[in-house]
Parts: sequence; C-alpha cells; structure tokens
Amino acid sequence: MSTIVRPYGDTTGDGMVQLSFTLPVPADKRAEGAALQLAAKMGMDPAMVVHSRGMGEGYTFFVVYGRVNHLVDLAQVRVVERDFPVLAAKEINTLVKRRLRRKLVVVGACIGTDAHTVGIDAILNVKGIAGEKGLEYYREFRVVNMGAQVSVPDLVERARQERADAVLVSQVVTQRDAHLHNTREMSAAFREALPAARRPLLVVGGPRFDELMAGELGVNRIFGRGTTPREVASYLVHALVGGVPSGVAA
Amino acid sequence: MNKLDLDRAKVRQARALARRAGRPVVDLARHHTTVSVERAVLRLAGVTGADPDGIPWVNRLVDAVVADVGLGHGVAVPVFHALSVSGVHDLTLLAQKAAAGSVHFTLPSGAAATAARRASRRGVGAGIRQIDRRRAERDRMVARYGDPRQRPWIYLIVATGDIYEDIPQAQAAARAGADVIAVIRSTGQSLLDYVPEGATREGFAGTYATQENFRLMRAALDESSRELGRYVRLTNYASGLCMPEIATLAGLQRLDMMLNDSMYGILFRDINPIRTFVDQRFSRQVHARAGIVINTGEDNYLTTADAVEAAHTVTVSQLLNEYFAKEAGLADWQLGLGHAFEINPDLPESFRLELAHALLARELFPKAPLKWMPPTRHMTGDVFRGNLLDGFFNLVGAMTGQGILLVGMMTEAVVTPWLSDRDIALQNVRYVLNACGGLHEDFVPAPGGFIQRRAHTVLDESIELLGRIVDDGLLNAIADGTFGIMKRPADGGKGLSGVARHEPDYYNPATEILEEAR
Repeated sequence: MSTIVRPYGDTTGDGMVQLSFTLPVPADKRAEGAALQLAAKMGMDPAMVVHSRGMGEGYTFFVVYGRVNHLVDLAQVRVVERDFPVLAAKEINTLVKRRLRRKLVVVGACIGTDAHTVGIDAILNVKGIAGEKGLEYYREFRVVNMGAQVSVPDLVERARQERADAVLVSQVVTQRDAHLHNTREMSAAFREALPAARRPLLVVGGPRFDELMAGELGVNRIFGRGTTPREVASYLVHALVGGVPSGVAA
Repeated sequence: MNKLDLDRAKVRQARALARRAGRPVVDLARHHTTVSVERAVLRLAGVTGADPDGIPWVNRLVDAVVADVGLGHGVAVPVFHALSVSGVHDLTLLAQKAAAGSVHFTLPSGAAATAARRASRRGVGAGIRQIDRRRAERDRMVARYGDPRQRPWIYLIVATGDIYEDIPQAQAAARAGADVIAVIRSTGQSLLDYVPEGATREGFAGTYATQENFRLMRAALDESSRELGRYVRLTNYASGLCMPEIATLAGLQRLDMMLNDSMYGILFRDINPIRTFVDQRFSRQVHARAGIVINTGEDNYLTTADAVEAAHTVTVSQLLNEYFAKEAGLADWQLGLGHAFEINPDLPESFRLELAHALLARELFPKAPLKWMPPTRHMTGDVFRGNLLDGFFNLVGAMTGQGILLVGMMTEAVVTPWLSDRDIALQNVRYVLNACGGLHEDFVPAPGGFIQRRAHTVLDESIELLGRIVDDGLLNAIADGTFGIMKRPADGGKGLSGVARHEPDYYNPATEILEEAR
C-alpha cells in the first residue's frame, strides 16, 4: 500500500481542502483578491472564495475551498504511539494489589494561576468523563486532588507527605506559553527536592501540549486532548508496577 | 403562568426550606467581618491608590489596624479616631503614615468613640452617595438611550488581558449586537487578597479587575451607547477574596451586572466558606444599593457533575442564591440566577431535558431575569457540531423566555474567541431570535408529558436535597461535597485568617447605612 496520500474531497487524490480566516481589510473585491493571494501562497491552486463577509469596519471573514498539491508521506509521520495496554478497572486494581501490595498514591493539581480544573477533575473525580469513572473510583488508588491554583512548592511538599507514586498536573491556560513554563518549573522543583529513586512519576495533561515534548519539559509523560481516566490509570500501572502478565491482560 | 403545572404548595415548601437552610449562614455572616469587608469600608470612605510595590493603601491601613487592635472591632472607629488625634486630614495620607509605622491605632471610649463613629459614618456616607449618583446616572442613560429591543439580552465576553485591547473589541462587539459586555478576569485574580491598581495590560486568559479598568471600559461603552442608541451594559466579577471591594468599585464606577455567587468561591476556588458568606452578604448589600444585577454561577456545577443527575443541585443553589440575595436587599429584577445547557448531547431526549430544566427555572423565578449559559463541557473542538449545539442552546433560550443569554462560541475549548468566532456566534443568536424570538408565547409543554414530568422530578429532588441540607446544616453539606462534588470543610480553604468574629463594640458604618435603607 502506498504511504503517499493527499487530502480527500470526494475523489481519491483530488487534494481538496477547506480553509477559513479573517483579513484586516474592508469587504470588497480587493479583499477577495487578497484572500485568493493568501490561499495561493499556502499552496491552494485553484482556490475558490466560497464565502466572504465583512465584520465591523475593517475586517473580512473568508471561507476558501481549493486543491493543494502537497503530498503526505505516512512513512515520515512521527507520533507517540501508546506503548502500554489499556486495561479494565478490575485488571488495574488486581495488578496494583498483587505487585505493589499497597494503594497507589496519586496527587493531582492545577498549578500556577490556572484555575481550570476541568481536566484534572475529569481524570481524578469519581464522576470521570464520557461515561468513564475517574481515578478516585479505582479501589487500589488513593487520590489527593489539590484543586486549582496550587503553588509548585505546595505540590512538592504534599507529594512528599503523601509519598506520592505519581503526580498529575493539568494545564489549560496557554497564554504566553504559561503551560510550558509551569511544567518546567514543576519538574525542576521535583528534581531539586527529591532524589531520582524517590521522585514520583510526573505526568502532565492539557489540550494544547505536544505529546512529544515530555523529555524537553522534564516529565515522564504528556497526555493530550481526549485522554480518558482509564488510559491514565493504565499508564500509571504500566510505568509503576511493571508490564502486564499474560494471565491478566484483557 | 404555570406551563409546567407545578404544585404551588411544593414551590412554597422549597422556598421555605431554602430560607431555613440559609438563615444560620446569614446569622454567621452578621456576626463576623473580614479584611476585605473592612477594606471596602475604607474604599467607600475615599482611600485610594497603592504603595510603590502595588499593594493598595487600604490593605496597608487594615493590616496596621489589625496589628494594633485586631479586626473584630471593625476598622472604622480606630481609623477615624487616629485621624482626629493625629491631625492628619486625609485617610490615604494616614494609611501612608501607618504603613511607615508613625501612626498607631487604639480603641477610643466615651465621647471620643462617639465622635469617631460619627466621623466614619460621614466619610463612608460620601462614598455611598457617590454610588447613589452613579445609579441615578444609569437610570438617566437608560431613559435616554433605551434598553435592548429584544429579550434575552445578548451577553458577550471579552478577554485579551490588555484593557486597551479589550476596549475596541468590546465596542466592536456592541456594534455587532451585544447588549452586555463581560470583561473576564485574569485567572489568578480570585485568589489575590488585594485589588490591583491602575490600567493593566497583562493578564492570563483575562484582564484584571481594577477601578481604573472599570472606569475606562464604562466610559468606552457610554460612547458606544450614544452611538448605538441603546444602553450597553458592563459586567465584571465580584468573586474571590476581594468580593466586597470589587462590588464597591463596581458601584462607584457604574458597572451594571456582577457575577456574584453565594458558593462559587468555596467550591471552585477553595476559599474558606465563612469568609465567602460574610463577603457575599456585604457585596450583595452594595449591589442592591448600586442597582446592579447579579449573575449567579450555577452553570459551574454542571461542568463538574452530570447535568441530568445534578439538575436539582442547580435548582437548590438558585433557591439559596435567591434567599441570600433578598436577605441582602436585592430585588427580583436584580437576580440573574444562572443555569446552563450542559447535558450530554449524545443522551437521547437531551434537548427535551434541557427545555424542562430551563422552563423550571423560568417558572420558579418568574420575575428574575435568569442568565442562560451555553454548552462548554460537551464542546469538543468540532466547531461545526459546536455551532449546531449553540443553535439549540439559543433555541431553548427563546422557547423558555430567558433574560440574559451568554453567547456560546463554537471554538469553546479551542481558543479564546477570535473576531470571526464571535461574529459567527452572533449570527447564530440573531437567526434564532429573529426566526422565533417570541416562541415562548406559544410553547406550552403537553400536560402530563415528558417535559412536565421531568420538571416535577427535579423539583421533588430539590425539595429532598434541601430537606437534607436543613437537617445537616449548609456548611456541613458543603463540607460533604453536596454541590459540584467538591468537598469544602468550614475550617479549611483560603482566606480564613482574614475572618474575625465581631467584638461587642464592632462598628461598620457602611453596613449600618446599607441596612437602614431597607
């Protein structure tokens, strides 16, 4: 099978894409020309302005359809493939009980000024997300949810007190790369405070993270948009308790 | 109007239970004060500005008083006594001297105490008169320019972090049809124990609430009101650790609506419950006086709990918010009680459930404007589906006669709204209101049908929960995680150190004046 593909409109290989954007110019003929010029520079040829609409005094919104000549080489695509099996809650509990012989301790927080607890709550709260229960639901997990706007020193201290096996940090706000700065600050603080052997597993999550940046940010794992509590639980078990024995895997 | 065929006796029972659940908390609030309440008193008396580190003089002054005589007597008497004995004529100057350690505070007795009380009442009275003038000014402008031509009023959020960027965006939004502009605050602000000073150009996912930012934005929207021939309202947030002060600044700068929930800070910001209820009561008294419409935050419960299972917690919170608001002197027209369109759209009949919940709120609070909040939790980043969902949200708003409609963005959970996102969202609202703005006149659910039955169930569950709260105590219910799943004990949370029980000679001229008026 060929690893080369092109965008698909309604025929294989037609290369059709849609694009919308705003230009800071009044809505007129010249604006449409400007939109076509942008589309052409982006590699759309031919491009059609299918919709344009003036907004306020000096802005125009466009929807453009057109064909791009670019090829996508699937062989060149790099992503973080999930390197652990996703287990059922029961299997996760069994593994922790058998291998760890105590509860697995998770401390979670939103750090910095970020007050959006939606992410951490979705992963930790019993309620969970999309019909999947959060980590609090796992009998063999002990979960401490510190909530929003937790300072890094407080997080480190609490993780130490609770003898956390893993620390989960959620970051939603990305203005001025706050999520990256906060994550670096957090991982540096843990490196400084605890020797490697006693350092908890550091996991961050949020909709705007690049999952490939874990090493650069000094954390063990990054989870992006759409992550479920069960994936996180499965990862924690995989990383902390070890691989799955054949008798347990789903 | 009784479209849902609600049992009137049950509605009365629900209100009575809310009153019983809320009263012990009001008693608690009447016998405590907080650093922020006392700072608000000083702001009303005219203390302005900040030290070179940006710490407001009201903070420095309250801290100095607390260090000398504690918080429980209130700061008015020791401050005005110090003013008279030190020969300083200006409170801000007194604050500067106190911060430098050259003024000390004592508790006068006898004639000196009476004189200090009288002087503080004069000082604070001037601030309250300023709030009264602002309210009269609003009344005049509404009379001249008029209210929005349609219901619900269209409420749009602006949030760049830079007040000078916010202003043209807000004006553009007003031109595009927004009736109410909300300037979202920087995420960190709710946990700051001081109000920043001056015009600000940096914030995280929002713009700091400051007196100067309030003034600049109100002036800009006055300009827009003149241009557009309708009074454009301005909203900010009286929440977090400085709720009483921000309410005061809103009154002084003629803001029109304030987000002001009785439990939001406790549940979502882990602010100490007692601190919150004390601050809440004072801020609502100020809002009542200033003619400000409050917006409560019930939508937030549905972002953490399931919108069907937790529907009754919204109703319970609305009833509690209503009780606390009326106790503080707010009138029905000032109660923008919140609720939201947050049911999982994959659930069968989700739209009928939304209609039932929205209509229940409408029927329970017929004279309140009600703030209808758009979907956020089930906005996935699929902007096309999101726009459709927002259309259904708008439709519920039109069918159930909501008062204030927060415009949903299809890019919710993707980016802070772009110019084009806002334009598309407003087109969506305009289409629905234009196509069926009066649909609430025709829409009457079938007797005994799905919608009526669902509303009855939610009301029953609300009564049951209120009963448990009355038995258990509201503070215990909050500690047990009854609302929004968060567990918040009364002796935990941020800001507890800034709370004090009233001493027998506690005096607060602002509370005295605000309570006399009623």
